[in-house]
Amino acid sequence: MHDQPSVIELVQAVKAFIDETAAPQLKGHAAFHARVASNALATVMRDLEQRPSAEAQERAGLIALLRAPEYTPTETLNQMLSMRIRSGDMTLETPGLLKHLKQTAMAQVEIDQPRYSGLKTAKA
Amino acid sequence: MGNNSDFETGLHALFTRVFGDSVPLETFKRLSGGASQETWALSGGDHSAILRRAPGGTSMARSSAAIGLPAEAALIRAAGTAGVPVPEVLHVLSPDDDLGDGFLMSRVFGETIARPILRNPEFSDARNRLAGQCGTALAAIHSIALDGLPPELQQSDGLAQIAQYEEIYRGFDAPRPVFELALQWLKANAPAPMATVLVHGDFRLGNLMIDESGLVAVLDWELAHLGDPREDIAWICVNSWRFGQTENRVGGFGQLSELLDAYNQQTGLSLSAFEIDWWEMLGTLKWGIMCMIMYEAFRSGADASVERAAIGRRVSETEIDLINLLEANHA
Repeated sequence: MHDQPSVIELVQAVKAFIDETAAPQLKGHAAFHARVASNALATVMRDLEQRPSAEAQERAGLIALLRAPEYTPTETLNQMLSMRIRSGDMTLETPGLLKHLKQTAMAQVEIDQPRYSGLKTAKA
Repeated sequence: MGNNSDFETGLHALFTRVFGDSVPLETFKRLSGGASQETWALSGGDHSAILRRAPGGTSMARSSAAIGLPAEAALIRAAGTAGVPVPEVLHVLSPDDDLGDGFLMSRVFGETIARPILRNPEFSDARNRLAGQCGTALAAIHSIALDGLPPELQQSDGLAQIAQYEEIYRGFDAPRPVFELALQWLKANAPAPMATVLVHGDFRLGNLMIDESGLVAVLDWELAHLGDPREDIAWICVNSWRFGQTENRVGGFGQLSELLDAYNQQTGLSLSAFEIDWWEMLGTLKWGIMCMIMYEAFRSGADASVERAAIGRRVSETEIDLINLLEANHA
């Protein structure tokens, strides 16, 4: 399988088309939606770049917190963690829980909205 | 409404009905679109008015919590009588108007979009006054007598809202551990309810008309309900509604103490910032679940727009805000 252009390069090219060619010719709602589309493509690029390491970190955190087997799917791990919190088995007092959730949420916002003000607060 | 020309004919007739034969409708322009309400600006002679109408004239509430346009008109009138800055309701559409559900109100001028209000120099005086003005307006809203309000209003206090939003969230079957922790914290720390008042339900920049001197009108009453006054005060403090200006807890422009000073002075209550914290946590969680609801409209195929898809990626902003709040409350 070749990747010239790579997925990221293709997305980059489409985003540049929206920003430089399409959007300037649009007005009103269409212009607004073009901006939303461009932002969505920026999220796609960050997701492609950052998700593998962010997910690996999330998985490591979940496996350590839950003492779960290595091969457990991430979705299952998050379901297990949700159940443990919901049942009161894990709370704000549980060592490492808040740290794991914070790290995971920060990694997600870095992809979704890296300029979000709450991310700066979390880093402070 | 069969077609556009029927709609146009209806608008002309409406304008004449409200302003008289001597002032024909000259221009009409759609101001907002989308799945919620239609907003049209009408003008002729010296008159300008806003028509707020159900999409395509068909009455379909945007969410189960929305009260419907006739009830909204009734509330705006009650709010005006109570001294809340609101537009004047000029006419509530009837079947004779053949324009569907909606109402006509006076046009108030100013800015509703958060970014210019928070950044542009012409709003700097407004920004200084706004927190106090919001406190005064909320005090007036919360003082409106409950008898005589439209029967569509639902009663919904803090615990009822937790139950309602938890059920929606569970229905998506997409567990988010941060939401679970916030739900547990909210349930364990729920304050005793205060006396029931009329709650605006969406009091924040975007729904407030602002000019150079400050608050001109409180708009968008469709999420109004009966509940706890702290809900309204906290909603405008939710970090998403600070639009990047996190250091200003009230809407990105003011301090909570300014809002509460004005509010307490007007109501005779003595609410403290500490009492708003629980409600800010709830408001943040609610906004996160609302984003999930809006994304669901995309996922289900009901609304294929990029906007509805992308809003699903705003859920994480509420997760980081909830973590920040949980850390602050845990310290």
